[in-house]
Amino acid sequence: MQNPYQPYPVRIDKIIVETEDKNLRTFRLVFLNPEDEKAFNYTPGQFAELSLAGYGEIPIGIASSPTEKGYLLFTVNKVGSVTSALHNMKEGDLMGVRGPLGNSYPLKELEGRNVVIIAGGFAVTTLRSTITWMLDPAHRDKYGKIIFIYGARTPGMLLYEEEWSAWQKRDDIDAYITVDREFPGWNGMVGFVPAVTEQVGPSPENSSALVCGPPIMIKFTQPVLEKLGFSEEQIIMSLENRMKCGIGICGRCNVGPEYVCKDGPVFTLAQLNQLPKEY
Amino acid sequence: MAEMILKKSDLAEFVKSLLNDYQVLAPVKEDQKVNFAPVEDGEFLLDFQNTFSSPKHLFFPQSEKMFEFSTDRADEGACILKEAGKKTPPRVVFGIRPCDAKAFQVLDKIFRNDQYSDPYWFGKREATVLIGLGCNHPCPTCFCTSVNCGPFHEEGLDVLAVDLGDGLLLKPLTEKGLKVFKQAKGLKPADDQAGEKAAVLKSEAEKAITSKVFTDQIAQRAVMELFEAAHWERVHESCLNCGTCTYVCPTCHCFDIQDEVAGAVGDRVRNWDTCMSWLFTMHGSGHNPRPGRKERVRQRFMHKFKYIPLKRDGEIGCVGCGRCINLCPVNIDVRDVVRNMNA
Amino acid sequence: METRTEKIRETAKRLLSEGKVDLVIGYRAGTIPLRTAPYFARTVEEAENLIWNSHCRINLANFLPRRKDRVAVTAKGCDARNIVNHIIENQIRRDQVYIIGVPCEGMVELDLVLEKEGRPIQEVIESNGKLTLKGRDFSTSLDRAEVLRQNCLTCAHRNPTVYDELVVDQVAELEGVDRYVDLKELLAQSDAERYAYFQNLVKDCIRCYACRDACPLCYCHVCFVDETMPQWLGKSIDPPDVMTYHLLRAFHCTGRCTDCGACEAACPMNIKVRQFTRLLEKDVKELYGYEAGLSLEAKPPLTVYRPDDPQEFIK
Repeated sequence: MQNPYQPYPVRIDKIIVETEDKNLRTFRLVFLNPEDEKAFNYTPGQFAELSLAGYGEIPIGIASSPTEKGYLLFTVNKVGSVTSALHNMKEGDLMGVRGPLGNSYPLKELEGRNVVIIAGGFAVTTLRSTITWMLDPAHRDKYGKIIFIYGARTPGMLLYEEEWSAWQKRDDIDAYITVDREFPGWNGMVGFVPAVTEQVGPSPENSSALVCGPPIMIKFTQPVLEKLGFSEEQIIMSLENRMKCGIGICGRCNVGPEYVCKDGPVFTLAQLNQLPKEY
Repeated sequence: MAEMILKKSDLAEFVKSLLNDYQVLAPVKEDQKVNFAPVEDGEFLLDFQNTFSSPKHLFFPQSEKMFEFSTDRADEGACILKEAGKKTPPRVVFGIRPCDAKAFQVLDKIFRNDQYSDPYWFGKREATVLIGLGCNHPCPTCFCTSVNCGPFHEEGLDVLAVDLGDGLLLKPLTEKGLKVFKQAKGLKPADDQAGEKAAVLKSEAEKAITSKVFTDQIAQRAVMELFEAAHWERVHESCLNCGTCTYVCPTCHCFDIQDEVAGAVGDRVRNWDTCMSWLFTMHGSGHNPRPGRKERVRQRFMHKFKYIPLKRDGEIGCVGCGRCINLCPVNIDVRDVVRNMNA
Repeated sequence: METRTEKIRETAKRLLSEGKVDLVIGYRAGTIPLRTAPYFARTVEEAENLIWNSHCRINLANFLPRRKDRVAVTAKGCDARNIVNHIIENQIRRDQVYIIGVPCEGMVELDLVLEKEGRPIQEVIESNGKLTLKGRDFSTSLDRAEVLRQNCLTCAHRNPTVYDELVVDQVAELEGVDRYVDLKELLAQSDAERYAYFQNLVKDCIRCYACRDACPLCYCHVCFVDETMPQWLGKSIDPPDVMTYHLLRAFHCTGRCTDCGACEAACPMNIKVRQFTRLLEKDVKELYGYEAGLSLEAKPPLTVYRPDDPQEFIK
């Protein structure tokens, strides 16, 4: 039986610097062994442990969608010793990927519903996976109206410009991209994500909201959604916590009885309200 | 197979008959402390309270190599992790107390869940036969009978031995236990008297446990009600957050995974870790979900007495061995904490 | 001992009812024999739980750094010196602490008692210098004097040197005691033998950091063992890492350690970690004539430079 702590070997195929401060890079990873790629069956919302021999592992949401074949995308923020080592790597270097881990966004339950996707900062990564998957011709008609609200501090800090520019041109998704303040050269929306959400005013009728962002954004977006009429069960969030094993054993990422790495990272607000706020 | 008697004078023969196929570990005294060590004859302790630190290190060593790798970029296989670790040879561990065996059972449910199984833990578990020793005279700090265990409890053991005085009554409990019986020498069939004597010892031992805690209210109350109780404000004041309790506890299992490099080669190692450390939950961004002692102390008790039972079919994450009570430098007594949680 | 307990309770009740302090930090009786626990009394009723006996081994100065409230602390000689240390090192202000000085005749070493009596002990009664140990089917007694802690047998300052009040009269200080007799033998050995001695000393260390967490001197926001960028030493029980931890911690305590023994009292593996700090304490005494925590004006020698500092070791 496969040792669950053993990563699949992968090669860094491409590195894209996403933001102007260069602290966010997207890594396109390719499996060395085709049978590993076959085994790595993932769904949007899941994450993987990126393994750098000699440094350690980091849990990162999978940004690519399973509809994108032949590679995996991960967008990584440079914060500590492992992410710094990863940022120093070059195209062609080898590393490891362990996963897919965690639960995913409840795409089956969302079928037939309208979906509001609200993202702040670089928490948009797994939502890129989700939207790409939902917009794929094979899946699009399973869902109702799709609204996407995404904000960052400045235009230079917005991720995935190619993707969201294309989405803004489509008519099967309403994409609202905003930055916190006026910025020279920016002709798009201006305002914090909670304020833009209130402005857009999505209807809670047969809707679910996927919310992912920094704690401060969540703190102010939640009341907006509640005012609009979204119930606790209709609001879905993805948590982050410090992790090591990623498979629900080492006990580090627990929030109450739930393991963020295994019972999460996706939880409804109803579930979270029954749990200690230790995340 | 029926129960057998092993006279204490035949212990050496028993051990030697197993040495061909098994390594035999038993309690010995080293520097004033009792611990399990390899033995080759009958010279080991049967008259001891319990080992100083829990025997969980038999299956879950404090530091364990998981993988090896090379960091030499010129090496084609560099940065690819190769599984390390020696395979555990078959071994018999003699003298495990029922509380510690029950703890292994609880940990079996943690190291394996519905999706993943820890090969390092189970590799060692499968290779080991546990012969337990019932506690004729429990310690004043034992409270095993309050946490789904007892001085003669059988869960987690392959054989249970009861000290009758001049001999041990051995009861096989599993296939692995039976296999040892068939191979061992020095065993003689037991008569009914032996069984009766053992039953008396068992009931006296259970009566002798005066330390009791109740967990019924904890089981009924919701997580947040227990979490927000007022008594947590006082429990943490004297706690040093030192980690002693977690390291000597037979059910504490949290671990850290680290890469250690020396030159061009390295290992991925797992080490015991403790929720008492502020570093345990610290995010790279600087945000700490459990920033203070109160949060960390509360987490340990909530995990053992509420979260584990919720997640693992009612198993309690404590077996009442009393080691933390004896070794806590500031005398934080788990029995008092549980009483407050259950009040 | 009973007198000390009575007086401590009286003083605590007085200070609390007069509103002079928010909190009295002392000890309460342990839930098992031979133990006490640090106790935080906030009301006159709670002050009734304060006690003093031969098992007050933990150093209460440990709970002072970064406090914002006004506290009274029951302090034996060594503890009071650590409180002085905290004040000198700006971890608490003098006006925040009311030192209830307790002249001390030594504390009992738990491991020595357990060594002499291996059977489970259910009750201990202390009176007139004797400890009566009772268990299932037995009752024995020990002289307090035969089970005192090593650091207490060689204590240089049994009476607090800085205090706000003393609960009993000062006790006689020990005369003619050489604190460093065993260290001199150790120092006479070769370097290799000494290194082997220390390696053997920490062979059972489980890196629980109880020694660091019980020590009043260890109050850094981020201890060197917890640094991650870079990570200075490994976290496993690999002997070089274990040794590095103990050596570095001892050096961080140099010139500040009062030999209170809280580190050894806390260690679950009975490791005699004071051997590390005592060697350095001896050096500081001989080179600089300094002992930690004796006065609020003196500065620890490793924090100041004087032109006449000894320097033969600089080659």
